[in-house]
Amino acid sequence: MSKNEFLTYAESLVEVKELPSFKAGDTVTVTYKIKEGGKERLQNFQGVVLQRKGSGPTATFTVRKISSNVGVERIFPVSSPFIEAVVVNKHGVVRRARIFYLRGLRGKKARIKEKRV
Amino acid sequence: MSGIIGKKIGMTSLYDANGKNIPCTVIEAGPCVVTQVKTIEKDGYEAIQLSYGERKEKHTTKALKGHFAKAGVSPKRIVREFTRFEVDHQKKFGDIVDVTVFIEGEFIDVIGTTKGKGFQGVVRRHGFSGVGGQTHGQHNRLRAPGSLGASSWPSRVFKGIRMAGQMGNTRVKMINLQVLKIVPEKNMIIVKGSVPGPNGSPIIVERWS
Repeated sequence: MSKNEFLTYAESLVEVKELPSFKAGDTVTVTYKIKEGGKERLQNFQGVVLQRKGSGPTATFTVRKISSNVGVERIFPVSSPFIEAVVVNKHGVVRRARIFYLRGLRGKKARIKEKRV
Repeated sequence: MSGIIGKKIGMTSLYDANGKNIPCTVIEAGPCVVTQVKTIEKDGYEAIQLSYGERKEKHTTKALKGHFAKAGVSPKRIVREFTRFEVDHQKKFGDIVDVTVFIEGEFIDVIGTTKGKGFQGVVRRHGFSGVGGQTHGQHNRLRAPGSLGASSWPSRVFKGIRMAGQMGNTRVKMINLQVLKIVPEKNMIIVKGSVPGPNGSPIIVERWS
């Protein structure tokens, strides 16, 4: 068997989640489970997608938000069982696949044009 | 001891029952053939010799051809000896050893050859922090190792002083890697964590009980 067949098989062991299609520049709300002292609760994380990375079970996406004037970024594995849902709030117009330049911008400069469908 | 010869395929990740992301390595292991059984009477020690992978007929010497013909198999690429092979898997000449010698969940060791990095300085090779600033008279020794020891006594450099040299391309054994999954029909083992060497490099998977 070829090298890829083995990896494909190994990757098929992980259930890849069906998420709505979104890309860098979009604003999303990620609902994820948090375990606290044996209890589970849901938490939302709303922000701009900076990048989507990887493929198959190792794919991740980075979401950035400004929380009390401090930039917060979270990296979510796409197929993580902790992710309950991803809702796309806005589609943004950006020219690149990884918008790290957003980290250096604040306030009005950090706005992203919304794509009207 | 149980062992098998295989090939590193690559890395991916799995999720455990708690939803935790586990980095893991996929290994193609076996099936290996026992091409020789060494005994105390004949060879002075006990071992079995396993062979794995296909070798082209035209790249096989006549001596090796004869050796494999004796076991009744096609020429193999990798030939390794395993000492103290476990009694419950006591193998005879010509037997097949496959991944079923391992059990899911147990801990195994993996031997491989690390990626060669060439001749490297002390900063890369041993994690020295270099000289630091570029001022205070430094102009060409930013990554220098510094002193190798005292002067008039001992008037020599002690053995084992960390210096620049060849990095990587050495045989390394990763111990106590957990077996996450075994797929006998695909001759595949998935272990937790990383394994030395580039993808496609030959490795030895073994378990000492």
